[in-house]
Amino acid sequence: MFRVISIVIAIVLFVMVIDFIRRGLLKEKYAVLWLAAIGAVGIFAVWRGLLDRVASWVGVAYPPSFLFLIGLVFILMILLHFSVVISILTERNKNLAQEVALLKARVDEMDKKGAAAGKEEG
Amino acid sequence: MERKTPRVLVIIPAYNEEETIAGVIEDVRREMPRAGIVVVNDGSTDRTPRVVRQTGVELLEHPYNMGIGAAMQTGYKYAISRGFDIAVQVDADGQHRAGEIKRLIEPILDRNADVVVGSRFLGLGDYRPSFARGVAITIFSRIVSSILGARITDPSSGFRAAGRRAVWYLSRCYPDDYPEVEALVLLHKKGFAIMEVPVKMAERKGGRSSITAGRGVYYMVKVLLAIFVDLLKRVD
Repeated sequence: MFRVISIVIAIVLFVMVIDFIRRGLLKEKYAVLWLAAIGAVGIFAVWRGLLDRVASWVGVAYPPSFLFLIGLVFILMILLHFSVVISILTERNKNLAQEVALLKARVDEMDKKGAAAGKEEG
Repeated sequence: MERKTPRVLVIIPAYNEEETIAGVIEDVRREMPRAGIVVVNDGSTDRTPRVVRQTGVELLEHPYNMGIGAAMQTGYKYAISRGFDIAVQVDADGQHRAGEIKRLIEPILDRNADVVVGSRFLGLGDYRPSFARGVAITIFSRIVSSILGARITDPSSGFRAAGRRAVWYLSRCYPDDYPEVEALVLLHKKGFAIMEVPVKMAERKGGRSSITAGRGVYYMVKVLLAIFVDLLKRVD
């Protein structure tokens, strides 16, 4: 039963990920890990023999637990990836804000010069 | 009433190419004296921007590195805002030769194509990619050729020209990573006419290629996925 649930979830998630990319909501580079996770869970859910073999090789007595473990590991990797992406975005955001501050200063300076020149002519 | 001559803009995306950028600019100025030139500095950490300023060429500077996709898109946006009719991509590493630009824009001027790609594999020059690169190029060439229904031998070539309507589309919608191949698929879906002309490129003179083995795998996966999804967009 857990196999059916896992496969259904994998299919639903796969369709959602592809659709989000298609609609421009999800960039391919952030979808790769998700697709790898879905693929891994999907393969082990469908191929019971492989799941049993790898589970016992790793030392997990109850194979369905191993499926959860796989999902969990991928989720952790995805979360770590998010933290990295957020860090990069934070740095870029800071750079943009600083550029804005400097540009504002230059614009104000140009405004003042323009106003001064206007007064001289007028 | 006299027919307006189409205005051509040469876009040079640059990331840490201080050794070659001045030579490229000089080459373009010599071969295309009436064309506009804009260098897009994609967050270079070397002396690239200083070198460019000394040449007096228009310079757009990204506050941080975003990749060649974003850099070219900035160039396309500049082209639209300044009313250029044709935009040509010329890489800053010296591989693209300005003398061949005329061959790229001719089909656009003749209204035979919207986008023209300069291919290294159409008989000019003797470019032989490394094995891995060759495999990747062949795979993409087969895929793109079958999607476009036309033979595209060098889909990852950045040496290409685009007419105004295509430039406007690209300025709004251009892939960030490894954009060259995917852009052809997107343009085709939008109904633009794409063709290739033979060109001869020079050896990479300065700097180093940015594609390592690991990145090569990611490149193929990402582009194949993107193309697959782009095709899906057509179905509905």
